[in-house]
Amino acid sequence: MNGKEIVFALLGVVTVGAGFMVVTTRQLVHAALWLVLSFGALAGGYLVLTAEFVAWVQVLIYVGAVVVLLLFGIMLTRAPIGESADLDSGNRWVAAAVAAATAAVLVTVMVMGFGDTRMPLRAGGGSADELGAGVFRTWVLPFEVLSVLLLASLVGAIVLSRTDIGAAPQRRPGRSARPGPGGGAARPRRTVRPGSGAGADAGTRPGGAARPEDGAGAETGPGGDEEGG
Amino acid sequence: MHLVYPTVVAALLFSLGVYGVLARRNAILVLMSVELMLNAVNLNLVAFDIRFRDRLHGGQVLTLFTIVIAAAEIGLGLAIVLLVYRNRRTIDVDRLRALSEHETGGDETGGDETGGTGADGAIGRATAAGPVRETAAAGAGPEPRPEEAP
Repeated sequence: MNGKEIVFALLGVVTVGAGFMVVTTRQLVHAALWLVLSFGALAGGYLVLTAEFVAWVQVLIYVGAVVVLLLFGIMLTRAPIGESADLDSGNRWVAAAVAAATAAVLVTVMVMGFGDTRMPLRAGGGSADELGAGVFRTWVLPFEVLSVLLLASLVGAIVLSRTDIGAAPQRRPGRSARPGPGGGAARPRRTVRPGSGAGADAGTRPGGAARPEDGAGAETGPGGDEEGG
Repeated sequence: MHLVYPTVVAALLFSLGVYGVLARRNAILVLMSVELMLNAVNLNLVAFDIRFRDRLHGGQVLTLFTIVIAAAEIGLGLAIVLLVYRNRRTIDVDRLRALSEHETGGDETGGDETGGTGADGAIGRATAAGPVRETAAAGAGPEPRPEEAP
């Protein structure tokens, strides 16, 4: 066990320990912060494995972007800041058994399969130079496809997050006239008009009664969470 | 360096992610556990890239691609989670039972007055930030749980 292995083992212990805290802590925000530690230690592990560029991309994307996005999600869903008791499901012990079985199988396979395999660590194998040449020479087609995928996910996230576009909402049958902009406030009053019948009105209410007009939904969003995605 | 170290760390990280996905109730925590699993896969890719001394650096390039896909996944996943929260006032995956077969339709706290049409209503109301808020204000909709109050 030489120096590299010791360093990697320590970083691996930090990674797995922080990951354990992520899945067991009772505070949501702390889970995201433990995730930072886990990803950071894993980036250190990449550095030990001479994959420098992957390590910095890991720091930039995961620690810089993904965790911040997760924290935004935690805030926008109004999660409790302190401890919350019901973060774990009822089938927690079954999940623990499944995870332990998975770990046992995977670790056994890895140790039996690669127990005596050594790998050479040579500096420079994962530098930005090498990886850039690899990406833009050999793997340029997957790279372009991936940029299209990123664009698609960007558009998808915007479409999912906006409230004034999307699929046509369910309208009440027989009432096709829509009020103009600004009529949204007077609209719920009209749903209890005695002409339409109380039973039918209550049945169709969740789909259509509160249809937001274009101007009505904008000011009701507390905190502006329509831009969250 | 032995190949066992990174692969064992990756295996443990993956099983932690499995535990998190199965045991957590908050949808954002489930997304975090998915990220843990993706990182385990990345570690394996990098380790075997170094092990086989790939001339094309397929493993590390694929790791970069996986990171990008994970970023896209987390963006879309959070958008979906926020949409669910906007419609149902909860992101508790144990309570989102609108698509369950052997339960009564509708979520436990989902406020589906129409009973079994929860899935259809979700699509119809997906574009509306206003409806749940208006009906909640009118007392006809789901009350937000007390610990979720801002």
